[in-house]
Amino acid sequence: MKVAYWPGCVSRGFTPELHGAVAKVAPLLDIELVELDRASCCGAGVIAEHNQELADTLNARTFALAQEVQGADLMMNICSTCQGAMSECQERLDADAHYRAQVNETLSSEGLSYEKDPARPFTNKNFLWMLVEDIGLAKLRSLVKRPLSNLKVGPFYGCYIVRPRRRLQIDFDHPRDHYLEQVIEALGGTVIEYAGVRKCCGFPIITMNKEASLRQAGTHLGDAADADADCLVTPCPLCHLNLDMQQPIAEKVVGRELRVPVLHLPQLVGLALGLEPRELGMNRHIVRPTSVIDWSTAVVAGAGA
Amino acid sequence: MADTHRPPEQFKLRLRRYDPESRQPPYWDEHEVKLEPHRSVLEGILQAKASFDGSIGIRCSCRAAICGSCGVRINGEPHLACHTHLDEARRLSADGVIEVEPMGNMPVIKDLIVDMDAVHWKKIQRVTPWLIAKQPVPEREYIVERESMVDITQTMACIQCGACVSDCLAMEVDPGFVGPAALAKAYRFVGDPRDDAHFERLNDLSEDPQGIYDCTHCFKCVQACPKDVNPMGQIMRLRRIAGSDHHIEDDNNGHRHEAAFVTLIRDYGLLHEAELLPRSYGGNSWLGKFHPNAGLELLRSSRVAALGILRGKMNLKTALLGHKLAKPDLQAIKRIYQRVEGAEKRRELNLYITGTDEDDGPTAGSAGSSDGASAAAAAESAAQPSPQSAVSPEGSIDL
Repeated sequence: MKVAYWPGCVSRGFTPELHGAVAKVAPLLDIELVELDRASCCGAGVIAEHNQELADTLNARTFALAQEVQGADLMMNICSTCQGAMSECQERLDADAHYRAQVNETLSSEGLSYEKDPARPFTNKNFLWMLVEDIGLAKLRSLVKRPLSNLKVGPFYGCYIVRPRRRLQIDFDHPRDHYLEQVIEALGGTVIEYAGVRKCCGFPIITMNKEASLRQAGTHLGDAADADADCLVTPCPLCHLNLDMQQPIAEKVVGRELRVPVLHLPQLVGLALGLEPRELGMNRHIVRPTSVIDWSTAVVAGAGA
Repeated sequence: MADTHRPPEQFKLRLRRYDPESRQPPYWDEHEVKLEPHRSVLEGILQAKASFDGSIGIRCSCRAAICGSCGVRINGEPHLACHTHLDEARRLSADGVIEVEPMGNMPVIKDLIVDMDAVHWKKIQRVTPWLIAKQPVPEREYIVERESMVDITQTMACIQCGACVSDCLAMEVDPGFVGPAALAKAYRFVGDPRDDAHFERLNDLSEDPQGIYDCTHCFKCVQACPKDVNPMGQIMRLRRIAGSDHHIEDDNNGHRHEAAFVTLIRDYGLLHEAELLPRSYGGNSWLGKFHPNAGLELLRSSRVAALGILRGKMNLKTALLGHKLAKPDLQAIKRIYQRVEGAEKRRELNLYITGTDEDDGPTAGSAGSSDGASAAAAAESAAQPSPQSAVSPEGSIDL
């Protein structure tokens, strides 16, 4: 399927391995990516905090650019924060025709317009949601070349992709807040349950209250380690910054050694689909995913024997 | 609406029991009750208490979601026990047994009863929860704009149940955080035109390291609130008014962080992380990184940064120069900024008040028009800018 692909900012900034991993994994899943390279930052909630209409207009521009991609089934993002911030703006734009018209008037000088068509609602989905709802767990399972047997994976969602449930259309029939567990299982891995699965990584307050921010990251990493996780997996690059990049400092805040590798969701999928850790940029993490790489070598060695 | 004509069914409840005075650790207690499926979890608990164990501790009064007494965690999420149907609770349970625990972030007095005085009410008192009247006080009533009072009805809808406090993730790691309920209450007065202490309230809550800038934006309170008060949304409005209208430059980097972020997106289109951090600490310009506070923070992060560059996580070029959109797109972004930021009044659409087009026919354009028709109308007015479209939609609020 063809998608208008919004990579976000951080996946091309401080977590380039994420953008790279998506490029490798998408063809294996028959996803054709048309990158929205003209679109701007979603605002991550911070622009909306400053001026709601500004955030709504910037995101309406991105939606309009996505709607212009010929033959695309939907818009795909790879960041929990993009998903949440954009869904919030879309909710307002879709709710009120007058408001939408005014936002579109601002966009009109560029010849762009975000259209709400009830017959074909504009859909912006995180890669995680696409895996379950569009590709399907059965297909995903059939594509697995290297099942993640004996790999113990702790899911970490990121707040923006699990709350509020109504806005994100999470319900009994679409348990989007349980998709990570379903994907880990489909890839053959073992799901590790721990307290922090749907909690906050602390990133939004890293410049305001570093102690409280890293206490959150450190606590969740510690809980996952205590539950015997080999690694965490997250669909959010901002969570990745606090959980991986800041982990050495989080260790000091919570006063314990952590050394928990954190994988981006496309990396975990790629690994099961037979790609090598290096191709997926796993050598670029701050906390070396040694346990995961050792595991993948063991599987390869086992298969050869 | 729940179907109230189904026959009674068996429901299993798993209750968290704890009596601090007993010196025994908490334990789980299971009871089976028989009630119609639309009955509330509270009714289930009360039946268990009446039939099996009179010592079960639960606080309740109105049983109609208005007194805010019966806040508990059901299947791990904060709810009003009287406002949750038994069938729905069973459907969302992990194993068919409805699990009920006391709320979090507050000490347990007994079983499902938590100490609201120790946490929730202390925090409410912290924000001076009364009107500081503008002088002179009129002899009769104050005359205010209707819209300004409609705006604060959302925060007035709070029933003080503590569900948002229970699951606040910032409070979980930083118990001194003023928290969602109290900050929503603060907005109730900051948004009230009769109050005379807007600046003082905002300055106080901006400068407090555990004030408005300690919220970690996790949406827990938004999800928890049974009355749609949207506490996190109110905190964001407090930040917006403190920074943009009162120009409060707090010592917590709160406003600087927001200003730096907004400026960087205007100038680059995309987020330039390496520039955001020093500017948040040192000030919102290219010179920010030379401020002593920024230098100190850079030094603290130097090991991680060096490791990142070494691992190829960031290349030096992106780290130093950032990534930028192409020129025509950047110009388009700048035009959006100029138009929106240059508007006479800041526009804010609060769906709690305006509702959506489907619920609220007239705001969708002509009454009774289908959604498709209003979308077409929207497209039309976008193509032909008319003076009408610059007028704020009915019911929306200009702040």
